[in-house]
Amino acid sequence: MSAATLSPAGGTNVITNTLTIARRNLLHIKATPEQLVEMSIQPLMFLVLFVYVFGGAIFDSSREYLQFALPGILVQSVAFLPFTTAIALNVDFQRGVIDRFRSLPIARSAVIGGRILADGARIAWSIAIITGFAALLGFRFRGGVDGGIAAFVLVTAFGLTMCWPMAFIGITARTTESVNTWGFMIILPLTFASSAFVPTESMPGWLEAFANVNPVTAVIDSARELMLGTDVPGNPIVKAVLWMIAIQAVFAPLAIARYRRRV
Amino acid sequence: MSAIEAEGLVKTFDKGKVRALDGVDMVAREGTIFGLLGPNGAGKTTAIRVLSTLLMPDAGRASVGGYDVVRQPEQVRRIIGLTGQYAAVDELLSGQDNLFMIGRLLGIDASEARSRARELLGAFELADAATKFVKTYSGGMRRRLDLAASLVGRPRFLYLDEPTTGLDPRSRLELWGMIRSLVAEGTTVLLTTQYLEEADKLADEIVVIDHGRVIAAGTPAQLKTRVGGHVLQAQPADPADLPATEKVLAGLARDGDEPYTDGQLVSVRIDDRAALGQAVRRLDEEGIAIDDLSLRRPSLDEVFLTITGHLAEGEQDIQDEQERSRR
Repeated sequence: MSAATLSPAGGTNVITNTLTIARRNLLHIKATPEQLVEMSIQPLMFLVLFVYVFGGAIFDSSREYLQFALPGILVQSVAFLPFTTAIALNVDFQRGVIDRFRSLPIARSAVIGGRILADGARIAWSIAIITGFAALLGFRFRGGVDGGIAAFVLVTAFGLTMCWPMAFIGITARTTESVNTWGFMIILPLTFASSAFVPTESMPGWLEAFANVNPVTAVIDSARELMLGTDVPGNPIVKAVLWMIAIQAVFAPLAIARYRRRV
Repeated sequence: MSAIEAEGLVKTFDKGKVRALDGVDMVAREGTIFGLLGPNGAGKTTAIRVLSTLLMPDAGRASVGGYDVVRQPEQVRRIIGLTGQYAAVDELLSGQDNLFMIGRLLGIDASEARSRARELLGAFELADAATKFVKTYSGGMRRRLDLAASLVGRPRFLYLDEPTTGLDPRSRLELWGMIRSLVAEGTTVLLTTQYLEEADKLADEIVVIDHGRVIAAGTPAQLKTRVGGHVLQAQPADPADLPATEKVLAGLARDGDEPYTDGQLVSVRIDDRAALGQAVRRLDEEGIAIDDLSLRRPSLDEVFLTITGHLAEGEQDIQDEQERSRR
């Protein structure tokens, strides 16, 4: 019997498996170039529109508003990227790709891990594009290089954190449409009812209260503090880190449990 | 040596309301094609999913190549290849990248995975489309790629869940040829199908399941013998004569049997071959013009009808329709 000659000997490696699946997810960009638009051009449009449409009205000059809004736009763009995690996992389930993965002798965690790793790369790419473009428009890293790097690390970590609740939605939802509905219902209020575009003090009391406890506000304020070198009151970095730990602690086990159970 | 064994497999869904598998026993021998036949919802796919470690059975046990599917899932996954009902290939990758990815996931090193992918693409006549995205492939090409994907690790056991559903006749024949040559090389194939003809042509042994239970088992020949007798078929030139034809053939039917029609042909089971001559005379007396009159051994269709009391395919089409509209 010629069959067994190439049979994989021994166990396969979790890290190789995860990298293989991450590579596969990134290769999808080749087939769907609109993903590149979503990752690169869309946030730039947001940046230009917000800064030049609202900048003069909200702040005295759009140049000053750019300084204020960039961390917000950065975090908002990154908060939307894990949508891909949700939709791609959902589609993989529907198309039977997950069945194929599960019938292979690979680590269960590699499928979600590879998904999130690929999204980490997309997040890093988006951050680079947005800040690069903002620098051209006149954004200045007043918090120095270390502050800038620390902000990128924090924002990337936030994006990866948001992959978990989105993975949970993607695995739980039966259709791509309901992934969209649930995803928007969560991400849109979180990103807009935050300190992203206007100071929270300008909002009505109830909304201000929400915006102040919103994890997105904590991340944006931290990024602001680090990138602009200003002091934002209320220890945003501590809050942001605690929020990220809490979100992962809740949604990572939920997503993995759903993944195991979904038929 | 028995290669795939199942004993008293039970799997329920919806908190026990749906008994997808209700005590299934089966034994498939190494190096043969084992057919799992039944209408949609019979439990075929559930059985495959349990045997491929994708689902845990509620009760009973099953082993593949000596490994228990519940206690030794890793070992089972190492020796099986699975081709699902809906082609589980990645549409957003090229054919080459699909096979390469699976090779890597199986722990094959990069250059070997690349050459294995090339080899399989060649064998499945996909070499020209190797670098094209799968989303541009035809249905037949996707199935071939799906089959290739399940063969990357040279599995000893190949599960094919309705591999030819939705394929045109030519692609179906091609796929049958490929399956046969795999078995000739020593692979054991577990095949589910809703096509009786497919089970008849391919399978060495068949298990017929309905409502999660095995209702018949044996070789195609044994199953046909179970039904016994012969089938007489008549096709009236004018479909308006169908009722009259049925009436004539009813007079020749084996005890307790009635003729049935698919809208063109009238079929009836008979015990005595002399019925053919009588059929000719009586149809002539009634003045019914006949295009085709034949006597043959019962097909698996008749077997299925006898055992389950309903035809497989008519029901199938309706359910497929419902499934499609749900998607």
